[in-house]
Amino acid sequence: MAVEKVVGKYSDSVREVVLGATPDQGGTRSHTITIGGDSALPFLHFEGEVKNRPVIAIEVLDHEPEWNDALAEHYRDVWGDPTQWAQKAVEEFGADLICLTLDGADPDGLNRSPEECAEVVKKVLEAVEVPLIVKGSGDFDKDNEVMPVVAEAGAGENLLLGTAEEENYKTLTAACMVHKHSIIALSPIDINICKQLNILINEMNMPLDRIVIDPSVGALGYGIEYVYSIMERIRLGTLQSDKMLAMPVICNVGYEAWRAKEAFAPESEFPGWGDQVSRGILWEAMTASTLLQAGAHLLVMRHPEAIRMLREQIDELMVSNEF
Amino acid sequence: MILIGERINGMFTDIGKAVRERDPAPVQHWARAQKEAGADYLDVNTGPNAEDPVEAMRWLVETIQEVCDLPLCLDSTNYDAIEAGLELCKRPAIINSVPVERPKIERVFPMAKKYNAKLIGLTMDKKGIPKDADNRTALAMELVVVASEYDFPLEDLFIDPLILPVNVAQEHAPEVLETLRNVKTLSNPAPKTVVGLSNVSQNSVNRSLVDRTFLAMALAAGLDAAILNVNDEELLDTIATSRILLNQDVYAESYLKVFRSRGK
Repeated sequence: MAVEKVVGKYSDSVREVVLGATPDQGGTRSHTITIGGDSALPFLHFEGEVKNRPVIAIEVLDHEPEWNDALAEHYRDVWGDPTQWAQKAVEEFGADLICLTLDGADPDGLNRSPEECAEVVKKVLEAVEVPLIVKGSGDFDKDNEVMPVVAEAGAGENLLLGTAEEENYKTLTAACMVHKHSIIALSPIDINICKQLNILINEMNMPLDRIVIDPSVGALGYGIEYVYSIMERIRLGTLQSDKMLAMPVICNVGYEAWRAKEAFAPESEFPGWGDQVSRGILWEAMTASTLLQAGAHLLVMRHPEAIRMLREQIDELMVSNEF
Repeated sequence: MILIGERINGMFTDIGKAVRERDPAPVQHWARAQKEAGADYLDVNTGPNAEDPVEAMRWLVETIQEVCDLPLCLDSTNYDAIEAGLELCKRPAIINSVPVERPKIERVFPMAKKYNAKLIGLTMDKKGIPKDADNRTALAMELVVVASEYDFPLEDLFIDPLILPVNVAQEHAPEVLETLRNVKTLSNPAPKTVVGLSNVSQNSVNRSLVDRTFLAMALAAGLDAAILNVNDEELLDTIATSRILLNQDVYAESYLKVFRSRGK
């Protein structure tokens, strides 16, 4: 008996978003990166086109973080200086992009001024040639002071700036509009708020092809199945022509994976769990792998070995499985 | 949901007069207004009183296409008029319509294929419109068979189960809803379904309310397309809300606004 081919047919695709700008586009990047464009469910090459390869950004902070030994081993020598850190991420670990988080602006931490933050961004832009993601500290009031200054300092570079949330999106959206950057729209694992936030940002006249969805992710063992179903719903909505969901998706993998106890707890504390370093790497790699297959276009990661594993998997998944 | 704007029809006095006097203004006004309201297609009907339906159709198609790039739904019982319109259409059109009558089938299906047009098939034959869902469904099945015979794509065939005015033919509405459900089980892929919505409220009170209530019911029964008054905002809001309740669109607080601005 013949086996019936089950192939989905879709009417629409994920919008493409271009990150970075080359000198002739007004920036200083050596190249741009395009994400999105899929007209199928993730990696189902036989249903449509998987147009652009998913990319990996490596996280860089503007101050010395309190990361465990597995990460410290690779970053300790550079984490006092974000420019060196960014260079190492690109040159040694092959980062497609740098995700610079301006944690130092946090009023409960180093409380750096907007001008100091902008200076860091400029230096990192000089240090590497890949496109840049820049995120604030997460404190709404402080971000609203810092991000407009950062957006101005990076004018022309087509940065991906974060993070807009339903309660706080106007200032960042305006800054992105004025200085022609793209924006990350963060929603709390909630499809309705995800869509509504895209609508709100778009209503300020921000073009839809400059919005990237951050659906909020959880690590393996910390609600990743909810994330999966939300990301699947975003993609299905997109393919069925819901243009307010048709944006590429960014996932903050490293941060979430490495704060799972299973990733950072030392072997001395849980002898049964085995070596912490390889456990942590696998936790990050598995989290990333799951989100990749849920439809992530841009994954922000930390450990070079987990990144290597994910890149290998992307290679395999980008091979056409058309039949 | 495919929305076919009903307004360019000679049955409306302004359009009837415009066709007789070859005055483009009312036709072009309604082409623009219906596009602005979110129509996917524009129905084009010369009306029963046009002297030369072929020439009238030609003039309407040209006049509309001067100001509007929406595809058209050519609505006539005169197939020479439809063919004249098809020759001029810049985008693949819908032919409205063909009943289950052999000579008409033999004229229309090859024409639809030739011009790459979609086609509305009516669940009526020489004996008229059946009273119940079973006989309507049987006629729909005949249309499906005919489509296969002509190798016509089923997803381009729209079955119209023919809703009648509620003030004179009240017993038909439930039968039409039942037919809409049945049609989806006839084949795989199933044909699409369409209704001429305003017919349900012909000469009744609360026309807009009757229209939108029936439309919500029909959408729940799987309706794909309707020829309707796209400038009735409450009707469009009803579609938007039905799509949310049927889990066809993702809910967001501004869902009505999003639906109204779709395609723009």
